[in-house]
Amino acid sequence: MIVYGVALLSGCLILGMLIGEAFGVALNVEANVGGVGIAMLFLVFASNSQKFKSLTEGAASDGIKFWSAMYIPIVVAMAARQDVAGATEGGLLAVVAGTAAVAVSFALVPILSKVGNSTSTKDN
Amino acid sequence: MDIIETVFVRNNLVVAFAVVGLTIWISYLLADKLTAGRIHGSAIAIALGLIAAYFGGITTGGRTGVADIALLGGIGLMGGGMMRDFAIVATAFGVQLSELKKAGLAGVVSIFAGVIVSFVVGASVAILFGYTDAAAITTIGSGAVTYIVGPVTGEAIGASDTVITLSVAAGLIKSILVMIGTPLVAKYIGLNNPQSAMVFGGLMGTTSGVAAGLAATDPKLVHYGAMTATFYTGVGCLLGPSVLFFVVSTIY
Repeated sequence: MIVYGVALLSGCLILGMLIGEAFGVALNVEANVGGVGIAMLFLVFASNSQKFKSLTEGAASDGIKFWSAMYIPIVVAMAARQDVAGATEGGLLAVVAGTAAVAVSFALVPILSKVGNSTSTKDN
Repeated sequence: MDIIETVFVRNNLVVAFAVVGLTIWISYLLADKLTAGRIHGSAIAIALGLIAAYFGGITTGGRTGVADIALLGGIGLMGGGMMRDFAIVATAFGVQLSELKKAGLAGVVSIFAGVIVSFVVGASVAILFGYTDAAAITTIGSGAVTYIVGPVTGEAIGASDTVITLSVAAGLIKSILVMIGTPLVAKYIGLNNPQSAMVFGGLMGTTSGVAAGLAATDPKLVHYGAMTATFYTGVGCLLGPSVLFFVVSTIY
């Protein structure tokens, strides 16, 4: 049943959000602390566990895969409902932040690749 | 006209599906014909979305872009926080933890380093531009992680609409630059073997950017980059509205 997968996905999100809210209350901040990330962890564990097999295989998995495939369309809709007109003044900030992040990350590739190589030669 | 309005407004979410579908179809066509696949269709679609939001904003004077146009109100629901979080969690499905083992220590380190470094760079830029409140700095920093970590974090910690929009834009710029820039810098950063491709995927993280960038460099490397990039957004959504926000809060 497709809906079993959808229900599992929903359960993971609700649980993650509840934990995120609870963290927020416990830490006395007005925030959902990592709820989405926690929900993703739940789904990863469920899809890697034997116990949830009936909810993550066959037709049930299609219910989750559908929403996974809807990710980009939903992001496109999300982009279309942003307050772009109100944010144009900050356009330069967005360009600089995005560009700088890429430049620094590119520069780190050879450095971290070396870390990997030296550890694997130690293993050998 | 009345008939159209009645039908469109009453079925606004369905209209949104159709409009977004059409936009994506056009975007993939443009990506294929105009950029020979160098820029991924998804990036063009997101850019078109932002442009449409701009015009929606100036014509209606509202704050939710295209969604303020009555006929396109469903975009607000489809692109709202609930659907966004639902879909982003779904992308974690089928992620194999064993892939992390294959990626090895360098792969795992690169994922965390990638999220933290992009965040710090983005947050520093926000500070340089004069932002002083923790929620705004954290959200813009998260936008430099990816265009999805930005709004997920921003909404979770209560950042303003404007700041959330900037975080999406920053993430989109990053994604497009990775697509275009990767084949150009590949030689200089030693991007020619599976090991460096895994590190690359973990550092960049933007899945569409990594896939398109590596495909243009060497299609054999795409799989290795994707292995680590898959985890990046999840780690970002986990760290952004928690540890990273707290660190920024203690400073500001």
